[in-house]
Amino acid sequence: MTEPVLSVRNLKVEFPTRRGRLTAIDDISFDLMPGEVLGVVGESGAGKSITGTAIIGLIEPPGRIAGGEILLKGRRIDNLPPDAMRKIRGKRIGMVFQDPLTSLNPLYRIGDQLIETVQTHTDLSAAAARNRALALLTEVGIPAPASRIDNYPHQFSGGMRQRVVLALALAAEPELVIADEPTTALDVSVQAQIIALIKRLCRQHGAAVMLITHDMGVIAETADRVAVMYAGRIVEIGPVRDVVKQPHHPYTKGLMGSIPTIATESDRLLQIPGSMPRLTAIPKGCAFHPRCPARFAPCDQVRPELAGRDRSQVACWLYHDVPAPAELQP
Amino acid sequence: MPVETNETVAARVGVAPRIGVAGRLGAVFDSDLLHSFLRSKVTVLAAVVTLVIMAGALLAPLIAPHDPFDVASLQLLDSNLPPAWMEGGDPRFLLGTDDQGRDIFSTILYGSRLSLSVGFLSVVFAAVLGIALGLVAGYAGGSTDSVIMRIADIQLTFPAILIALLIDGTARALFGEQRNEQLVFWVLVLSIGLSFWVQYARTVRGSTLVEKNKDYVLAARLIGIHPVKILFRHVLPNVMGPVLVIATINLVLAIILEATLSFLGVGLPPTQPSLGTLIQIGNRYLFSGEWWIAIFPGITLASLALAINLLGDWLRDALNPKLR
Amino acid sequence: MTETLVGTAAAAGPARPLVQVENLGRVFDVSPPWLNRVIERLPQRLLRAVAGVNFTIDRCETFALVGESGSGKSTVAKMVVGLIPPTTGQVIIDGVSMTNPAHDGQRRALRRRIQMVFQDPYASLNPRWRAFDIIAEPIRAFSLADSRQEIAARVGELLTLVGLDPADGAKYPHEFSGGQRQRIAIARALASEPEFIVCDEPTSALDVSVQAQILNLMRDLQDRLGLTYLFISHNLAVVRHMANRIGVMYLGRLVEVAPSRDLFRAPRHPYTRMLLDAVPDLEMTGRQRKAVEGEIPNPIDPPAGCAFHPRCPFANDRCRAERPEPVAAGAGEVACHAVAEGRI
Repeated sequence: MTEPVLSVRNLKVEFPTRRGRLTAIDDISFDLMPGEVLGVVGESGAGKSITGTAIIGLIEPPGRIAGGEILLKGRRIDNLPPDAMRKIRGKRIGMVFQDPLTSLNPLYRIGDQLIETVQTHTDLSAAAARNRALALLTEVGIPAPASRIDNYPHQFSGGMRQRVVLALALAAEPELVIADEPTTALDVSVQAQIIALIKRLCRQHGAAVMLITHDMGVIAETADRVAVMYAGRIVEIGPVRDVVKQPHHPYTKGLMGSIPTIATESDRLLQIPGSMPRLTAIPKGCAFHPRCPARFAPCDQVRPELAGRDRSQVACWLYHDVPAPAELQP
Repeated sequence: MPVETNETVAARVGVAPRIGVAGRLGAVFDSDLLHSFLRSKVTVLAAVVTLVIMAGALLAPLIAPHDPFDVASLQLLDSNLPPAWMEGGDPRFLLGTDDQGRDIFSTILYGSRLSLSVGFLSVVFAAVLGIALGLVAGYAGGSTDSVIMRIADIQLTFPAILIALLIDGTARALFGEQRNEQLVFWVLVLSIGLSFWVQYARTVRGSTLVEKNKDYVLAARLIGIHPVKILFRHVLPNVMGPVLVIATINLVLAIILEATLSFLGVGLPPTQPSLGTLIQIGNRYLFSGEWWIAIFPGITLASLALAINLLGDWLRDALNPKLR
Repeated sequence: MTETLVGTAAAAGPARPLVQVENLGRVFDVSPPWLNRVIERLPQRLLRAVAGVNFTIDRCETFALVGESGSGKSTVAKMVVGLIPPTTGQVIIDGVSMTNPAHDGQRRALRRRIQMVFQDPYASLNPRWRAFDIIAEPIRAFSLADSRQEIAARVGELLTLVGLDPADGAKYPHEFSGGQRQRIAIARALASEPEFIVCDEPTSALDVSVQAQILNLMRDLQDRLGLTYLFISHNLAVVRHMANRIGVMYLGRLVEVAPSRDLFRAPRHPYTRMLLDAVPDLEMTGRQRKAVEGEIPNPIDPPAGCAFHPRCPFANDRCRAERPEPVAAGAGEVACHAVAEGRI
């Protein structure tokens, strides 16, 4: 059996505030296999981006990893000193963010940024690094790379910039690429190109991808597996087809039903009442229970854990053995 | 069974709900602003110093042991006495007396009163003028904006002291030396205020440019609200944050500028001494050994300036979401 | 020209559409400042944001404009409500021109009947005002209620209508979630009892589950109050859900107008086809998508001829030289040489 590229075990991220500790990520676990695209989907405040930043070790203080571990190819990386983590970022984990301008330094030519990245993580000579940079630009589909390599980021359009960022992320042949909302800032027609590119490149380079987005359509087209997050927890994880077509968790069902699609005409969208709780007021038991149409006895008392069901795992009492009434307070 | 409060009843029958005074005070005590204030010991100390000096100035007639403006009570015998704890000191005059026998402690209290009044009034004048021009320039744009901002640029090329001297000179020429004594207070307010309005105008113009394109302003325009009403009811409350910070720091500058002008002899006259006038009087005796006449008002001015400056710094950081 | 247009509109009687947009165009001056231009000898730069846009909206209908960034759809929205004056053409609402000075008097009365819902509920509500005052502003502005009690009752009614509690009126915007804020913005738009509401990307700043709530609310309100919507969006799926008819915009021009059903079943313009192919969609799991070529050109310097020709697989020499005019196609209109010539 192959070893997962990334293993997240019982990860917990907290933000201490003067009104108490806020738990942004509460006890999440998942594996990412080589070459796999895992979509992480959720609405704002679900904790999907914080999961990504926790893995690359960039949680902003005073936030901190309060428990659990993160393993890259079986080795713990969550407790590494900042220097060691910096070496892993870029070399073993590539990153793509929503706004390409945050990843590109506006004062340097894109070629210099690429060459620097290549040289930091490999021992190529200057000339070889430049050739590698050119090859990368060609690969991400920048037309006439030899003439564009000495341009500055502002001379590129949004879509082209995101391609450059992708080249940067892949420059050191990482094992894992974390893409946080990589297409959100782009127009629909450009979005499609970038999605296709991410998919193709990661397959060619054998990199696993963690694709964080709020757009279920992007996930449906790109991901192999999906993790659905709600209020800092994974409520359902499984193969994309199952989660999209036969969701189990009431939240996933509501989410899928609330998305209008271009393929079918619908008179009324399914709607989930209310909104995601703020971190300061996460309900007891299952965090979704106040909005859940199917809640029953244990839901507001005991938190359901993720547990297997066919190929997917769901955290919902509808699918688990309900705890004995003695455990429930009246 | 939930108890029906006045508010829920009001809400049910459709009367505009109001938040009680208690609720609003509670919000202040629970606010992040207060929390960050209490956490910074320097700021608390600065606030205490400011409050003590301001209270002393405000309550001067009640707490000052002598009335320095009451010429009849002055004894030339008491002039140039050192502070009470020094040899030759008189227990009636805690910080000593000046060349006319005025109690230094009392004159400082009354002097702070004058300095703070000039400071506050000139800041209010500058702020009102600057905010009004900034709002108009930012909202109207085009040539109105250009004219107002070019005037501001020209204003900036004149140092504040030059403007003050200019206005003071004009006032003297117009009203004569005698009547000038009553007028000089307002001349100071006007000239200091005029030299500070540009900062407000620029800041407010910048914020107005941002706010006027926000959708809530468009929504108000859409229903035909008059531009002046939009400026005052919608835009103004949202550009006041930075203005508050500038005003705090300007208060210090205004007080110091007043002191400078008084020191140069174009400020408040020796019969109505402000802190600056006191320092100027004391300056003459500094090298003949009567140091207390200049030093104590100087210390008061310096601590007041430092304290308000620290408060301004804190306010700037506390209101800046990026630093929070 | 203008005379005749107004004349025909007035003569059309009760059957005329509520909204008529005629040859609407808008040019923005994006030149560098005058001094720089003179000293550096830079030319004046004009951005043709919208050009030659025609459409009508019937009563109780939802007409949607879709397009990507730079398509000019938001500029059209602002011109329709009168926030931006058009450079060419005019907007006629219920027979009253929004620009013709002869209609000044009638336009004041018209204002109450047109409202707008904005994209970002965080920017569209004044952060220093309570929800109550935000919703009461149009009621006061149009003197729709006489006493404080009447205003309060009306605001309470509006809050209930959009699914909030009348007691919420005492809160400030930051105390609400994004979806609740958009409900307040809708309540404000409804406060003046309008017939026509322009919705500029009303859900694009919201999460999907909240988007569903707002879209459902807007449809319910349309049914209950007989509203007419102009719905602006970049999201084709949302547009399909909301609109009866759809106009597709590309670089400031309408390239296709068609009933919603037709547009999605049989898109005609190559750009519409490309868009429909490009949208990531739930139903498309594992689908092999067609490659989409190129990006949107800079609107300051649009391509000659048909603006879409550099990305169009069907472009020929005529497309590169001559701009296509809209021609009737099915129940709609398409501006494409290839369609007009029957090549596709």
